[in-house]
Amino acid sequence: MSTATRSPIRLVSIGKRYSGTKALDDVSVEVAAGTVHALVGANGAGKSTLGKVIGGVIRPDDGQLFIDGRPVRYTSPREARIDGIATIAQELSPLPHMSVIENVYFGIEPRRYGLVQWRRLRAQYDELLTQWGFELNGNVKVGALRTADKQKVEILRAVASDARVIVMDEPTSSLTSVETTTLHRMIRSLRESGRTIIYVSHFLDEVLDLADTVTVLRSGRLVRTAPVAEETEESLVAGMFGAAEAAEHFDKPQRSTAPVVLDVAGLNRKGVLADISLQIRAGEIVGLAGLVGSGRSELARAIAGADPIDSGTIAVDGSARRIRSSADAIAAGMAFLPESRKDDGLFLELSLAANTTFADLRAVASRLGILRLSVERGKTNSLLKMLSVEPPVSSAKAANLSGGNQQKVLFARWLFRNPRLLILDEPTRGVDVSARAAIHRLINKLAAEGTAVLMISSEIEEVLGLAHRVLVMRRGSITREFSADPPLEAVMEAAFGLGGGATA
Amino acid sequence: MTSQSSDPVTGGPAIAGEPVSANGANAAAVTRRLSQRRIRAQHVRDYGIVVFAIALFIYFWVASPAFATGQNLLNLVNQNATVGIAGCAVTLTIIAGNFDLSLGAIFVLSEVLAAYVAVHWGVWWAFPVALVAGSVMGLINGLLVTKLHVNAFLATLATALSFGGIAAGVTHGGLLITPQGSVFTFIGQTRVVGVQYPVIIFAVVAIILQLVLSYTVFGRHLYGVGDNRNAARLSGLKVDRTVIITFVVTGGACGLAGLIDASTTGSGSSLTAGLAGQLALLAIAGVALGGSSIFGGVGSVWRTVLGVLMLGMITNGFNLLAVTPYWQDIVRGLLIIIAVAISLAVDRR
Repeated sequence: MSTATRSPIRLVSIGKRYSGTKALDDVSVEVAAGTVHALVGANGAGKSTLGKVIGGVIRPDDGQLFIDGRPVRYTSPREARIDGIATIAQELSPLPHMSVIENVYFGIEPRRYGLVQWRRLRAQYDELLTQWGFELNGNVKVGALRTADKQKVEILRAVASDARVIVMDEPTSSLTSVETTTLHRMIRSLRESGRTIIYVSHFLDEVLDLADTVTVLRSGRLVRTAPVAEETEESLVAGMFGAAEAAEHFDKPQRSTAPVVLDVAGLNRKGVLADISLQIRAGEIVGLAGLVGSGRSELARAIAGADPIDSGTIAVDGSARRIRSSADAIAAGMAFLPESRKDDGLFLELSLAANTTFADLRAVASRLGILRLSVERGKTNSLLKMLSVEPPVSSAKAANLSGGNQQKVLFARWLFRNPRLLILDEPTRGVDVSARAAIHRLINKLAAEGTAVLMISSEIEEVLGLAHRVLVMRRGSITREFSADPPLEAVMEAAFGLGGGATA
Repeated sequence: MTSQSSDPVTGGPAIAGEPVSANGANAAAVTRRLSQRRIRAQHVRDYGIVVFAIALFIYFWVASPAFATGQNLLNLVNQNATVGIAGCAVTLTIIAGNFDLSLGAIFVLSEVLAAYVAVHWGVWWAFPVALVAGSVMGLINGLLVTKLHVNAFLATLATALSFGGIAAGVTHGGLLITPQGSVFTFIGQTRVVGVQYPVIIFAVVAIILQLVLSYTVFGRHLYGVGDNRNAARLSGLKVDRTVIITFVVTGGACGLAGLIDASTTGSGSSLTAGLAGQLALLAIAGVALGGSSIFGGVGSVWRTVLGVLMLGMITNGFNLLAVTPYWQDIVRGLLIIIAVAISLAVDRR
């Protein structure tokens, strides 16, 4: 059962369009059975989309998928699973209120007379853990697990259902280095047992280390498929970006004499943040680097009043502020662009005008609280034009915009207030390349005009390209500080806690 | 999983590498095409109910000569004024992403209290007491939902029971007859230029609430809270306070409706049968039928007015045509299901 089929997965001329843009265009790839096949590309290159086509999550508009030499047309991940193809998604979707065991065996529980045999289930689960060298308490509710453990649940679920092809979409993006090593060990043993792994990732070192074959995509088109032995990080980057630069680089004028806008001292939150102190001067962009779980988003949220703090002081423009809510932070002159645009940022069903003015409706209303809609429309339209939002129409619904344009609308909301301090958590996540460049230029421009900026990004290149100073966080503390343009390796090492200078 | 595949945003459209100018032109063309296609689907949801209401109106007009007379139509609105007032107010609560099942109970208790004070303290007391009592009951709902984090559905179901119980306690399960021919029955039993007072009050309440929703900071906040609570909070809004106000407004409106009913009947009754028992259901059905989203963020007061009047029209028209009452209920039920299904289908697209 678990033995691999000899026939490969074959994708022929796959095409997929989203709102008229081509996410995939005439992509043909063969995946040999029993190999680790990596899909790489820049943000929006179509690598995740291709993975989802294989897993039945997305139905392609053109082209044909062959499994075991047989043409298939999946309409759901369920159908792909019947053929032994399991997907471990970027956004994990287990059943949060059920236990780990229930999740792993959901739908495939051993039964007798229609009743689930719990004793056998537990035995099977323990066996599974030993087999794959995992440690995970089976009785814990999945909703209470960390992302890395949720991912383990998904992987266990895939192997428990005897999947022979496993599609992993950015599996290490929320894992620590130790967890990544464990995952890679598992992937190797999965391959040894004859399973095929489709590995979607933007971590090139991982790909080179792990995969047998790599497919490079750029703007939805196939660049090439080649054995990993023939590739280097440089050759992959060249393939992914073509002739263009990897990340735009901005000039970084010294700001050491500018007045301090944000002064944080001794910030603590039990188990999350430990004794954080930092200063940001007017016109300065400070980048926060660190792994997911290092506390960088939590620090941003704490400063912005979105999460409570246990102790510490926050001063803006020299005066101490009591910040216990977002309203307090906004009153102090802060603006916070949260990590998840859809969960915490946008009003998807509302107009762009409503989205833009929401944080400062008083500015477009009379003293009695009556909105002056024409004023609102005018102010919104000029901001949308300045940010080159497409369409620049204040009455358009936010849900109908692309990711990059939605993110620009969130910038519009905060620019509307002229903040003193801009806190950006992953400002270009899920944004296409051109919008990303526009957002980078905007951040740089705002800083040049004197706004203090605190920026978080998982992409260290982005932080290095923009930041005047880089702070590295690890386990809830700031462990290292770099002035402008540190070498990427040094920042990475600090984030991973490697290298002798970790205490500097 | 399916939402991922149908979502144009998380799928990450790839327009990298194309020259910027061509890209902009493309995007513009795409948006134009999209908006043309969307407009059709959205029109069905947004204005289908208007077309349907007109069609129904024309049908009754043709089928029954008694239907489209001024007197009958005024009666229709008058009979539905209390449901309409409650429905318009609860529209605010629903847009802000909550729910209120205690409309009927607030209505009954306010009515009973109004009648009680009219009998025991003096007629004039009835007016402030009904409004304040309704608002206080709304405040209780709001505090339960925001401060104790009780699910709005359960909280208002529970308070509905308690309010109803208090009403029965006040009247000892019977009726309180108020002084006839006094100021008290003035609202319910007199007319201005041929129009019943409840009709006028209903119209005024609906217009005010619609204006609040469309043209005030508070109204905008309601849409924001209903659409994305987290985003509203992170944008500096005191979400709890906004939510509580919607419950208080709804409670006050139900108090007003109770007052009107007490004045019309010249009595306060704690019997939850009849209008009071159905009030919450009819009002919320009106909201849904009008096309406001039951999940919040989308909706209007005029839609609720239309929804409530359509439900009333079916009763009125079928009565004129001598159709048996159970058919009325069947048709009303089907209508609500069709309306909600259409709006969900359009949303899913």
